[in-house]
Amino acid sequence: MTLVPPNPPVLSVRDLRVAFGHNEAVHGLSFDIHRGETLALVGESGSGKSATALSILRLIEREGGRIVGGSIRLAGDCLTDITRLCASELRALRGDRVAMVFQEPMTSLNPVMTIGAQICETLTLHRGLRGAAAREAARAALERVKVPDPAQRLDQYPHELSGGLRQRVMIAMALSCEPEVLIADEPTTALDVTTQAEILRLIASLQREMGMAVLFITHDLGVVSQIADRVVVMKDGEKIEEGHTADLFANPRADYTKELMAASPRLGEGAPEPLADPEPVLQVRGLTTTYGGGLFSMGRVKPAVRDVSITLGRGETLGLVGESGCGKSTLARSIMRLVEPTAGQITLLDTRIDGLSRAALKAHRAHIQMVFQDPYASLNPRMSIRDVVTEPAFLHGMVAAADRRAMAIELLERVALPRDAVDLYPHQFSGGQRQRICIARALSVRPQIIVADEAVSALDVSNARRITDLMADIQKRDGVSMLFISHDIAVVERVSHRIAVMLNGRIVETGPTDRVLNDPQHPYTQVLLSAVPRIDRIGAAKGKERARSLALV
Amino acid sequence: MIPYLIRVAVKSVVTLFAIATITFIATRLSGNPIDTFLGDGLTEEGRAELIRYFQLDGSLWQQYLAFMRGAVSGEFGLSFVDRRPVTEVVSDRLWASGQLLLASVAFTLLVAIPLGILGAIYRKSWIGSAVMMVAFAGYAVPSFILAIVMVLVFSYWLNWLPVVGNGSFAHFIMPTIAMSGVLIAALTRFTRNAMLDVLGQDFIRTARAKGLGEARVVLRHGLGNAGVTVISVIGLQVAGLAAAGSVVVESIFSWPGIGQLLVNAALVRDYPVLQFGVITVAVAVVAINALTDVSYALADPRIRLARS
Repeated sequence: MTLVPPNPPVLSVRDLRVAFGHNEAVHGLSFDIHRGETLALVGESGSGKSATALSILRLIEREGGRIVGGSIRLAGDCLTDITRLCASELRALRGDRVAMVFQEPMTSLNPVMTIGAQICETLTLHRGLRGAAAREAARAALERVKVPDPAQRLDQYPHELSGGLRQRVMIAMALSCEPEVLIADEPTTALDVTTQAEILRLIASLQREMGMAVLFITHDLGVVSQIADRVVVMKDGEKIEEGHTADLFANPRADYTKELMAASPRLGEGAPEPLADPEPVLQVRGLTTTYGGGLFSMGRVKPAVRDVSITLGRGETLGLVGESGCGKSTLARSIMRLVEPTAGQITLLDTRIDGLSRAALKAHRAHIQMVFQDPYASLNPRMSIRDVVTEPAFLHGMVAAADRRAMAIELLERVALPRDAVDLYPHQFSGGQRQRICIARALSVRPQIIVADEAVSALDVSNARRITDLMADIQKRDGVSMLFISHDIAVVERVSHRIAVMLNGRIVETGPTDRVLNDPQHPYTQVLLSAVPRIDRIGAAKGKERARSLALV
Repeated sequence: MIPYLIRVAVKSVVTLFAIATITFIATRLSGNPIDTFLGDGLTEEGRAELIRYFQLDGSLWQQYLAFMRGAVSGEFGLSFVDRRPVTEVVSDRLWASGQLLLASVAFTLLVAIPLGILGAIYRKSWIGSAVMMVAFAGYAVPSFILAIVMVLVFSYWLNWLPVVGNGSFAHFIMPTIAMSGVLIAALTRFTRNAMLDVLGQDFIRTARAKGLGEARVVLRHGLGNAGVTVISVIGLQVAGLAAAGSVVVESIFSWPGIGQLLVNAALVRDYPVLQFGVITVAVAVVAINALTDVSYALADPRIRLARS
């Protein structure tokens, strides 16, 4: 079986080795990309995929790394090795022959320069265009990525555009000089599924139109199956497996690839059976929360949560899905009264907690605990793990100072962390371990309800899977209820008995998970589901039999 | 933008009112000026006449109302010493102080911003350490020490520079440097930190990925963003530090400005001059702050557009 198409590669990487200080992050990686081809570089964080991407433009040196071996060659001038170019030759290459799109569209554009100025900058540099000619070329570049009203956008600033539009601008900027190679480093990871689907379609169609080669870096196998012709799977700086996308998904050879595929959440794997009429622990009726409207506020007042009613049963997980900005987090915070709701009733274990004074609320706070998205930011770096995990219990007077250590050890065991972790500090743990610590902390006050706000969104697929499994175990053992908030529907499916879909601050659809996902009633739910990238789609093209058993919509 | 400007204006007026009040109270805390000022040889009748003449006979409240009424109509009374309207006494000094302030701010910007940028770019090499040492030295050395050492070296030993007055360019050199020391230290550190912050951001990587040269990445994309925060500190810190510094520096170099005037007025309890001098400085500081607020808003499109 030969993987190499007949035309010579546009970009050829051989035995690339990249090091940060004394640690080698990439150990001898080789791959080729051809004209018009999309190669996906897949791996979990720390696999060296981003280091590889940054090495191709030699931007790695700015991130504290350096290339210690191997070669990177572009077609046409096989004699020039990018790893040996001088600074001015590199500058001539960057943005012209090889361009890059980054993960974070919110921060990757200069906030004080107009969109037009930023695109024109590239055109002036590499094409010598100035004034009206540059502006026209920039407008054309925006038109190509299907930005509406391109001429007006040129005079706007990044903060005036949505995340999806900003990523389009990034792509327009990268493609403005028609590069031979486009490197896309997790370009859709920060976007909603519907926006992600649009951006992936856009990249694919631009590639057909312009014939460039695309190196697509991602951790998401669903995205890979949708966009890539070939896949390189990386782990710990080494290539584990390489193959055509369909072959690789149908028939993964390496164990790690199989593990990765098994850990990847995918729709249609089956949800937990809905519970038969559980006793309600939390009832929310007509909850509305409005931000702004202060004495000096200038903007108009807009409710972030409008008239939401939900019920959570004992031992039940309610999945809350919706795009960023739809009000999911505000809803969770309003329920816990971390932000004050403007209207509505919240009944927690037979007590109305809306309208309770701060002091009266304190006793009830222990019943609901929260696990946040960012395990790096939500642990105080100066507190030992013993203090971190027992702090809520200590504040609620549920543990004496002398017993904190014993309690911490017990909590750590429940989240499957070693007992000697008790004397360590947060920075000594990985992201997944820190999220376990956050869960242990939430458990310390024996809550009835855990609110998990995007609790696994910042983790790798394998870590995310382990954390959701852990949460399911805890639920089974302790009968705790969960409000599980996520933009990732496949993850929500795996843990939720019921699902609520949120749009513009309202719940538009709610019901048992299987019913909502298999037979979505609201048009928005249908759009949301159809936008989820699925590994299965490759299979669908290959074998109809398998497709029928997996396809959902 | 218009409501924003109105807000800045209202804030400024409230601040000025507060300063005028505080100044009035503070100057009355130290006893009757006539006693200190004219001393022992004064007859009882003469004293009473003087007190009436300078309107010191009413209650504190009446004096305050008279003071405020005068302030609104631009009447701040007569200097006890000169017997001239204080507005004249102070405005004679205004230009000299303004010149020194402008020179100091210009010098500070010229030195501190490049130093701050260098400190950020070369933070890991000896250049960065040297920049930080200069900045700390600037903090550690009070302006009067710096001024006296300069006078000693450049005037007394080397005889290069004049010490007293403001007649020529050479007169400006030492007072400007003395005023700028602390300012340069503050602004260098601030510029460096702001640049470090900005240079670590994603859009800087984007700029490099476009193929832009280092100079353009650092100046256009880096300083373009860091500048927004640097502007704010120029207004908040520099204006305040400069006002305080001018009192010391003008006294040392006998610079005929408001700072020196204030020191003299305080020594002889010339209330009206002191009051009006402090108010003038306050107006200048508040005006600089308001200008900063507005230019900060103009420089950052996120603020400009949100407020228009």
